Amino acid sequence: MAPGALAQVLGDLPNVHNDNLLVGFDTSDDASVFRVGENLGLVQSIDFFPPMVDDPFLFGQIAAANSLSDIYAMGGRPSHAMNLLCIPSCLGVEVAGKILAGGADKCVEAGCSIAGGHTINDDEPKYGLSVSGFVSLDRMLANSGARAGDVLLLTKAIGSGIITTAIKGELIEQDEAAAMFDSMRTLNEAPIRLAEGLELHGCTDVTGFGLIGHACEMAEGSGVQVELASGAVPLFDQVLDMARLGIIPAGSYRNQDFFGPRVAADEDLEPGMLDALYDPQTSGGLLIAAPAADVDELARRLDAEGCIAAVIGRVCEAMPGGPAVHVVR
Amino acid sequence: MSTKIEVNAMGDACPLPVVKTLKALKQLDGEGAVVTSVDNETAVKNISKMAQEKGCTASVEKISDAEWHVTVATAGAVAVADPEQDGAAFCDASTGKGELVISVYTDCMGRGDDELGHKLMKAFIFAVTQQEELPATMLFYNGGAKLTVEGSPVLDDLKGLAEQGVEILTCGTCLDHYGIKDQLAVGEVTNMYVIVEKMEQAVRVVRP
Repeated sequence: MAPGALAQVLGDLPNVHNDNLLVGFDTSDDASVFRVGENLGLVQSIDFFPPMVDDPFLFGQIAAANSLSDIYAMGGRPSHAMNLLCIPSCLGVEVAGKILAGGADKCVEAGCSIAGGHTINDDEPKYGLSVSGFVSLDRMLANSGARAGDVLLLTKAIGSGIITTAIKGELIEQDEAAAMFDSMRTLNEAPIRLAEGLELHGCTDVTGFGLIGHACEMAEGSGVQVELASGAVPLFDQVLDMARLGIIPAGSYRNQDFFGPRVAADEDLEPGMLDALYDPQTSGGLLIAAPAADVDELARRLDAEGCIAAVIGRVCEAMPGGPAVHVVR
Repeated sequence: MSTKIEVNAMGDACPLPVVKTLKALKQLDGEGAVVTSVDNETAVKNISKMAQEKGCTASVEKISDAEWHVTVATAGAVAVADPEQDGAAFCDASTGKGELVISVYTDCMGRGDDELGHKLMKAFIFAVTQQEELPATMLFYNGGAKLTVEGSPVLDDLKGLAEQGVEILTCGTCLDHYGIKDQLAVGEVTNMYVIVEKMEQAVRVVRP
């Protein structure tokens, strides 16, 4: 759903207050956290979507990596999950089996048990998981924890919405985008595992609202301003070319409409760059705010495992009436 | 003399309006304008961006809340990046080259005598195999689904076409309806979404 419409719908719903519900939907966080022990939180999240690739196994992997990501984004580890599958009867058992096999592959990699699930008939396939996990409350990472002076780290390249749209329009072959599909099915587990012993302040995963949208939520939730160095943001191949050609999904414009008023962008940005930074991502990376020394060490550890780790900006004091996000060249 | 091509992209979601406009610009091959009708603002913005990138001028006329006409004018031939030069994505409809889709909705060609109709269908599929230009895709639905299963009189011809790269797609609902899904002997099972997409993206759809 468009971010504005979603906020409107959710705002009017009645709810039961519970002191143990530490993170609910009021803080625009990635997953809920419910206190189940003195220093233990149950983290839960759900996500599912229609295929963006033809290969059912790969689709299952991407959807599962995306669902599991919300738990990592809270600093937690997934423990068990339920499958959610909508599938047209004409696609048959074989396709359903491959999608679920892709999902199972990623859950095994994550050390997450599949505890069951639910399947229904639907005209268009959709798949995802409802994932539960646990987090030590003193290691919990909310998107609202960024502090002035922090540096921002991004752990995957940006532009999957634009490239998937270009593939739909047959401007790019699926084979050419292999690196992007690899990125989409990569778990966001490494940054959390490798952050052991380091001080992290804020974290969120970059998905439907685009890099700017999620940075904006982080900035506003934390009461700070975020400065994005657009030139340092890793992009998938051909993203700027396609953006300049107008191969931009509608979601990117919805994000610009909603977050635009809270964003200041310098005039000298590369053409197409803003569209890329607003581009909705599927199974995007983590956006982490932490002190520079900790970010450097985490980046070094990620680099040693062959993971992407790009320093893409910094966190500043909020200026009264100033933008939440400032995009510079 | 400058020419004008009208493109209907009403009801099309991104990126189809941009892709259709690009195709028309290529067809223009010189000075002229392409007027694309669209029903969403995303398409308006995306076509305008593409026009700017290609050095053309774009003007937008709002017809109603659900219809815009975007005119992309060019003073000369527009270089269209062509990822599938030999393929079919960008093709010139006027020269007859481009994506050909054969849509087979029955196992019996023509009306009158069904026995004759079955013979004609067999001859038709054989004739397809002998053409210089093979279709990119053959769609089989309703009675046509009986042609891609075990025991079909045209199975060998279809297998030969598949080997030469012709995409053979059979409607899964139809196979289910006739209870022959487990007998499919050539090509892949497909759904209505793909059938519609193949027909929309085709330059020509031929039906026996």
